[in-house]
Formats: sequence, C-alpha cells, structure tokens
Amino acid sequence: MALDKNGIAKRIAQELQDGYYVNLGIGIPTLVANYIPEGVDVILQSENGLLGIGPFPDKGKADADLINAGKQTVTAIPGAAFFDSATSFAMIRGGHVDLTVLGAFEITDKGDISSWKIPGKMVKGMGGAMDLVASAKNIIVATTHTDRAGNSKLLKECTLPLTGVQCVKKVVTDLAVIDITENGFKLIERAPGVSVEEIVAKTEGRLIVEGEIPEMNI
Amino acid sequence: MNKIVNNAKEAIAGITNNMTLMLGGFGLCGIPENSITALVESDVTGLTCISNNAGVDDFGLGLLLQKHQIKKMISSYVGENKEFERQLLSGELEVELNPQGTLAERIRAGGAGIPAFYVPAGYGTEVAEGKETREYNGKMHLLEHSLVADFAIVKAWKGDAYGNLVYRETANNFNNMMASAGKITIAEVEEIVPVGTLNPNEVHTPGIFVQRVFKGENLEKRIEFVTEKQ
Repeated sequence: MALDKNGIAKRIAQELQDGYYVNLGIGIPTLVANYIPEGVDVILQSENGLLGIGPFPDKGKADADLINAGKQTVTAIPGAAFFDSATSFAMIRGGHVDLTVLGAFEITDKGDISSWKIPGKMVKGMGGAMDLVASAKNIIVATTHTDRAGNSKLLKECTLPLTGVQCVKKVVTDLAVIDITENGFKLIERAPGVSVEEIVAKTEGRLIVEGEIPEMNI
Repeated sequence: MNKIVNNAKEAIAGITNNMTLMLGGFGLCGIPENSITALVESDVTGLTCISNNAGVDDFGLGLLLQKHQIKKMISSYVGENKEFERQLLSGELEVELNPQGTLAERIRAGGAGIPAFYVPAGYGTEVAEGKETREYNGKMHLLEHSLVADFAIVKAWKGDAYGNLVYRETANNFNNMMASAGKITIAEVEEIVPVGTLNPNEVHTPGIFVQRVFKGENLEKRIEFVTEKQ
C-alpha cells in the first residue's frame, strides 16, 4: 500500500545520522522532525534564522517572534541560536548543513528539480529552495510519486521552471526509495505491498531495477 | 546624539514617490507595522519594495499592494498572499523573485560596499537569465549585484538614541542586513532604552547604520499560522 505523508516522513527520518545539521522544507519534510530515531542527535536549521528548532509550543504559548520557515509557531531547544538571514544562508551556502529535505513538483533522473512555479497559474516563489539545492551536501526530495491526475513526477526532463540542476541525491515517495545515479533513477526500496511493476509503470524517467527490491522497514 | 523621533509619520518623512525601500521581516514576523500603516496613509506611490515577502492580503505589505502603491517587488517568496500572486500573474506588478539567500546576501553586500559577488544558487534556472557565469572549484556560479535603498525600514525589539538595535528570536531575519543598506534607515522598536543600558556584547545592529528610531505603538504582531502541540 502506498505510504501516507507520515509514512514518507518516517522513512526519510531513517536517513538521519547522529550529529547532522538538517534543514527541513515546508510540507512533508517538516513531519520528518516527528520521527527522529532514538539516540540520533540532530539539530534542525530553519532558514529564517534559527538553529535548534524545538517542538510546537504548548497551547496558548505561541510566540509571534518565534516561527519556522513555514511561518508556523515553534519553540527553540536549549542551546539554540538565533541569527539574521545572511548568516543563515552562510550556513547553507557554505556547506555547513549536512542534509536538506524538500518537496518538489517534478524531479528528473539527472537530479534536476522544479518546485516553485507553474507558469500562468501559480507562483509560490523559490524562497530558500534554490540556495539549499545549490549548496547542500545531501538532498532528499519528499514527494508523492504521481500528481493528482496520476502523472509521474519522476521524469526525464522537468516541464516546469527549474529550482536546481543535477542536485537531488535521493527521492522518497509514497511508493519507493529511489537513488539518483549517473545512469538515472535506481530503485532501492518499495513501500510495503507495492509491486516493482507499479513503480516502473509510474516512473517516466529512466529507472534501474537490479535484483530483488526489498520492502521499506517502517 | 539623539536619533529618536516621535512616531511613524515623522520617521517616514522624506519618502516620496518612486523611491526604493527595504522592509524587514519574514512573513509577518519582524515587520515594521507602524511604518507600513504610515506609508499607507501617506499615499506615496510607485514604490520599489525589497522585502522577502509581501505580508498577507490584509496585513503588512499586503496593505500597500491593495492600494497599488507598489510598482515593483524584489522578494523571494509570494507564498500565501493571494493579492500578490494575482498582481504578479496579471502583470500589474513588476516582480523580481530572488533565491532567498541571494536576496539576503545582495542586501548584506549593499550595506557592506560590495558591488557584486558570485553564488551557485539559481544556476541553470530562469534566475540565471542574462547573468554572467563563472566556474569556481568545479561548480558554476552566477554574478549577483548588491542592493541598496533610499530608505530601509526595520523592526527591532530594543533600540536606543544612538540607533543601536537588538532583535528578538527569529524576528531578526532580514532586519539586521537591511539596517546597513539604507541611505536612511528607520528603526521601529518595541522599546526605547536609555543609552548605555544595552549590553555592547549583545548589540546586533550598531547605531552607525541607523538614522531614525521610534517606538512602535499598539503592535499587533499577528501570527500567520498558530501551531501548537496537539
């Protein structure tokens, strides 16, 4: 069965390593914070100027001055730091953030990503996504495998304006974990009960399937 | 030295049609509320506004958009602002979208007297159109130019008569860099403290960057998305 948003977040959380500084984008990526494995110490960076994002505040304790990049009220962990946006992007551009998790409209088998604009229809703006994908050491995209109409989001070429080129390293969808290699998408794991055939059928870009593909352990 | 003025109306004196303004804030966090209200009331028009976002439909810079006082926005995120998105898509408003870190650095560089710099963000995308490119360390970069403004309007937590400023939590965001990049910088603060009471070790924006300080009254500090523990 295809994973829900929380399932995708839970699987991505398994990629976190002790000592990582991690930037989580808006949407599914934000949910990853709920599934950080026991014993793995990670510090979450928010590009609006917070290192050390804590849980959502208790009821009635929301603070207008303390938000995440999704503009939701949050708390700061003990040992957190606040800073301005230029310093925040020095962390990002300077390669100090170990892992970036973000959403996407489309991803290609070369690691290109589009995520910020549908010409003529919708413009969200790139926010920090272009800076993040251009400089992060490791980028994981969290997305559904297909759009609402059932079209593959894992393509040969992006049809929408790009956010970055040849930057995404891994994609975790509701159906599969896929690495991006020099030769295209490579199927690593499938969601519990999802067949390789279904993943192949729903992946438009070049997909390498080698040997037995294990189910995700979530 | 005393940079304190009485109110927002006095603080924005000299802002005229077709000027370029910087306005601090991320979403609705750390925006100069009183100054924006004063700009709305002033009927100044043809503005170019450099601001990460444009508020929401009925608060923050959204109020200036509603009255069509803004000719051009330089921002990184339109997000949930329907009027901003509508004016952008219809072509009523000129919009230059920048990667957020590039925008932050363009402002920082402007304040620091650096005319241009190279960054990797946006290479291979429509942001790169018309820009010089250059390879450093095996990676392609874009030449980006710095930004300055006729007036920078920032929001701080505490300020003194010398113009020294301290921000609170994530309400710092774009304010600190913008303070350095205005020919005239206005600081709207929650509290004016006597000179000598701010700990010099903890001043975020040294007073040299700031020309006018005033106390913001009746700050709403609206929250865009209140999220609490379930």
